[in-house]
Amino acid sequence: MRVLGEGDILFILWAVRWTLLLSITAFIGGGLGGLLVALARTSEFAWLRAITSWYIKVFQGTPLLMQLFLAFFMPGIFGFNVDPWMAAALGLSFNASAFLGEIWRGAIEVVPKGQTEAARSLGLGYFTNMFLVVIPQAIKIAIPPTIGFLVQLIKGTSLASIIGFVELTRAAQIINNATFRPFTIFTMVAAVYFIVCFPLSAWSKRMEEKLRVGVR
Amino acid sequence: MNYEFQFSAVFESWDELAYGALNTLTLSATAMAIGMVVAVLGALGKTSGPAWLRNFINAYIELIRNTPFLIQLFMIFFGLPSAGIRLTPNTAALLALVVNASAYGIEIIRAGIESIQKGQIEAGKALGLKPLQVFRLIVLKPAVQAVYPSLTSQFILLMLNSSVCSTIAASELTAAAGDIQSRNFRSFEVYFVVTCMYFVLSLIFWGIFDLLERKYLRQPKTR
Repeated sequence: MRVLGEGDILFILWAVRWTLLLSITAFIGGGLGGLLVALARTSEFAWLRAITSWYIKVFQGTPLLMQLFLAFFMPGIFGFNVDPWMAAALGLSFNASAFLGEIWRGAIEVVPKGQTEAARSLGLGYFTNMFLVVIPQAIKIAIPPTIGFLVQLIKGTSLASIIGFVELTRAAQIINNATFRPFTIFTMVAAVYFIVCFPLSAWSKRMEEKLRVGVR
Repeated sequence: MNYEFQFSAVFESWDELAYGALNTLTLSATAMAIGMVVAVLGALGKTSGPAWLRNFINAYIELIRNTPFLIQLFMIFFGLPSAGIRLTPNTAALLALVVNASAYGIEIIRAGIESIQKGQIEAGKALGLKPLQVFRLIVLKPAVQAVYPSLTSQFILLMLNSSVCSTIAASELTAAAGDIQSRNFRSFEVYFVVTCMYFVLSLIFWGIFDLLERKYLRQPKTR
């Protein structure tokens, strides 16, 4: 066993870049997927709504850890080999797409139906109506819960450590295995997560309160 | 695709999986029950306690909600022994789940308490109801109604979250899956079956919660 040195601490702290990169990647991937899910959930085709409803149920009804395990082991079946980074990014993106899709569906449904009816009767097509009329109004409502979910996602990236991706948590484990100073190391890591997540949570909460005043 | 699925290797260990699922249920139900007691106390402290207690509870909530559950689990299992507190994996898992769930629970219960308008309670008293009757007839049901969806989804989240406890080798479903796949190397098959098991558990609970809501909580709409 060796002593916990300055280099070790820097190694752990610097690993936050992988946590952030993974969060951002999954947020972008999940955002694109989530948009599709939200559009499918609000579509006029019943079968499309049914499929995406089950898609959401599956991701909200199974552990994120299992989703990451399957993202890690499943591609191998089709002959693709994925490294832990790919698996984590893929698993978290799919997970985020289900949650964001459900959040955004709610926001889209809050926009009064008359808006769509008016736009369609003016001759706007589906996409023009969606992207120029409905979504701009839905965004205001969607932002606070979306930021709230981003915090969930950042915390969720810690599970990527279990499939072997070296981000903040895995880096802490590696150093802890060599130096065995769990209390110091995990307190430090918790502090880093807190510094990243707390401002986002606070921001989301403040916006939500502002919005509630507006509605009232 | 030239992969040969071998699910039989998984089903050979069905008893381990069934036992693991039972452990997951026991662990999450216990954690939820204790977590809710802590949450009710915390919510009372937050709504009507002295300033220092309110600050302490707020700090606790923010700390827990802005750090990953995995780190909380590691702090309790690997960190606490530094303070001389050594817990078995199962106790550490239970404690971590309680700590985590109660932080979310406090906010949920508080929202329930605050959803009751003061005028309702005053009206109940004016009609001559005893305090217990006021609580049972006027406060309890609307409060539970208001937070029922958050409360039930919190339980499902807790159950799914408990899979993370496999990292400290607590006995539950994911750990059972880990044991099985380390013997037969059919990782995909094992985790696929276990994921389906979690999903079935979620579906069952969604169903039960929906049924309970329909039976006990739905009221004729007055507005």
